[in-house]
Amino acid sequence: MYIYDSIDRTLVAERVAEFRDQVARRLSGELTEDEFKPLRLMNGVYLQLHAYMLRIANPYGTLSSRQLRQLAHVARRYDRGYGHFTTRQNIQFHWIKLEQLPDAMADLAAVGMHGMQTSGNNVRNITTDQWAGVAPDEIEDPRIWAEIIRQHVTLHPEFSFMPRKFKICVGAASHDRAALRIHDLAFRLHRNAGGEAGFEVMVGGGLGRTPYLAQTIRPFLKKCDLLSYVEAVLRTYNQFGRRDNIWKARIKILVHDLGAEAFAKEVEAEWQSIKDGPLALDAATVAEIASRFVYPDYEALEDGPPELAAARRADGRFDRWVNNAVANHKKSGYAIVTLSLKPEGGTPGDATAVQMDALADLADRYSFGEIRIGHEQNLALPHVAQRDLPAVWRALDALGLATPNIGLVSDIISCPGLDYCSLANARSIPIAQEITRRFHDLDRQRDLGRLHINISGCINACGHHHVGHIGILGVEKNGEEFYQITLGGEADDHAVLGTLIGPAVPYAKVADVVEDIAAAYLDLRTGPDELFIDTLKRTGIEPFRERVYAAR
Amino acid sequence: MASPLERKIKITGPVVVTANRVADGAVIYRDADGDWTTSLDAAAVATDAARAHALIAEANADDLRAVGAYIAPVELTEAGGRRPGNLRELIRLSGPTIELPVTFGI
Ligand code: HEM
Ligand code: SF4
Repeated sequence: MYIYDSIDRTLVAERVAEFRDQVARRLSGELTEDEFKPLRLMNGVYLQLHAYMLRIANPYGTLSSRQLRQLAHVARRYDRGYGHFTTRQNIQFHWIKLEQLPDAMADLAAVGMHGMQTSGNNVRNITTDQWAGVAPDEIEDPRIWAEIIRQHVTLHPEFSFMPRKFKICVGAASHDRAALRIHDLAFRLHRNAGGEAGFEVMVGGGLGRTPYLAQTIRPFLKKCDLLSYVEAVLRTYNQFGRRDNIWKARIKILVHDLGAEAFAKEVEAEWQSIKDGPLALDAATVAEIASRFVYPDYEALEDGPPELAAARRADGRFDRWVNNAVANHKKSGYAIVTLSLKPEGGTPGDATAVQMDALADLADRYSFGEIRIGHEQNLALPHVAQRDLPAVWRALDALGLATPNIGLVSDIISCPGLDYCSLANARSIPIAQEITRRFHDLDRQRDLGRLHINISGCINACGHHHVGHIGILGVEKNGEEFYQITLGGEADDHAVLGTLIGPAVPYAKVADVVEDIAAAYLDLRTGPDELFIDTLKRTGIEPFRERVYAAR
Repeated sequence: MASPLERKIKITGPVVVTANRVADGAVIYRDADGDWTTSLDAAAVATDAARAHALIAEANADDLRAVGAYIAPVELTEAGGRRPGNLRELIRLSGPTIELPVTFGI
């Protein structure tokens, strides 16, 4: 859990007061939409198809139970009783009225939450591993480093009006759960041959119309140089990035055009001139920030308590859920529990106020008051004692949050698409829902194993379709919804962009195509141990393509 | 991008002018009296470019009440009503095509 200081609190409160005044002036006609739009965007307020939308940052995907309860309150009081968790560890409310936005923001500010830097050409909400601080495979808590960056870049004048938005991600585990390579700038903490921890620096990732994976421009950066290096990258981007064409303005285009090596050279030259200046991090600064991340007062517990084993033997459903949704924790006797926001037929990432309230209570009782948000649009309870797993499961099951489908075919990432979004070409959510219905048999899902489907309703790629094992992108053809299918994308350590398999298919055929792809995999795999993605790598997309288009 | 006023307006069928209401973002349509309505059936329908041009010009001038006005296609029903001319407009009029989560499950 992170404790905000008074500077942050004052800033957030001032912002609410300022926004209240701006809204009043907009409603009275004193401000035109042209004048007001940049102001609302600075606070995360968009206009969607049917209503305004409020996007709220959850730094590092970490939420306290108090904050989650307040989100439930906002959902109930100002929205339609639910919120949508996104791939950027944010939450969005889709039905908020402009007139009520200042009140909603004031309620959020009371728990340190806001929508700043969730829009606009600045450094956006910095993301990390949702298991930060609890994952057994991590070197250090990546949030400390993310927070050091956040404090430096937040509202920094030089970085508030960049050529385009800028997304930073920090990871510190051996397994990448944060999709580092699809970010503008990413840092991976690892150990060099000498055992010293430092960062691999990756730059130029991003999806959208022109997808690129970030390239490594420095394999090892000393921790004390983190801020000066961020500054050097941002300055280089500010200097060379294109401001004349919105589609070419992201740093990925610059890195691609210059080449990663030439870009790195520019950064290094800039960095040499500032690395020993005031941005060099000293141990005291790092320790001060680290001290604001407070860890629970864990009990001394053993792994594998007998009551857990007994409960698993007694109840097959519980046992299957443990296998699917429970992961090892840094601390013995504890576990990380992932909560599926992907029930059959539901909207990926949506949670109701009732669920949020109940989950806040559960977090207080069983997870030291803490909840996490992952980029796959699921939540997690990060510190559950293993002996409490049966009780936690029963409660989650009653709330509809225990579908044991984490990482399986129905654990779909989906953007809001044409049901909400004014930029959409086609719907995403009902496609996801239909796929979950087709694969409702959990045994079949388990047999298919790890399989990631990602869906976006337009080329902006908010649903990460390029990096789904199966990617689905909504396009429009003569006024009809069509979908392009890509195969073989991956977002983790082996990040790769998917390959388009052929002509787009109409709305009504998408779930059939997914079934064909699944069937082709079952025929092609060497055995149940060969994952979908591994079969695909071995055979290439051709046999899958044939299967899909032979039938049509 | 040219402002909607300068853009050439080409009309291939009946159209209405639609926008979002400033105060709450609700979908609204321009009516024949120069007001806004949430009912598509009450919207002013233009069948020629001159009328469409006049409607969008009025709408754009009404920045106090409406955001992002544009021309959208409609179909006229035999009974004299209107139907949205495409899926996007249908969703704007009748809401998401999916059940909202509040009514889903718990
Ligand atoms: C009102 C709704 C939304 C609007 C207007 C919107 C708009 C956009 C636009 C224009 C881009 C492309 C920017 C660029 O490439 O420079 C983008 C990218 C992105 N959006 Fe959204 N978005 C919306 C909702 C969402 C939601 C719900 C999510 C999460 C599920 C999301 C996650 C992302 C992500 C991860 C990217 C980055 C893709 C990349 O790397 O290029 N957005 N969004
Ligand atoms: S991918 Fe397109 S349709 Fe989906 S939320 Fe992003 S902008 Fe909207």
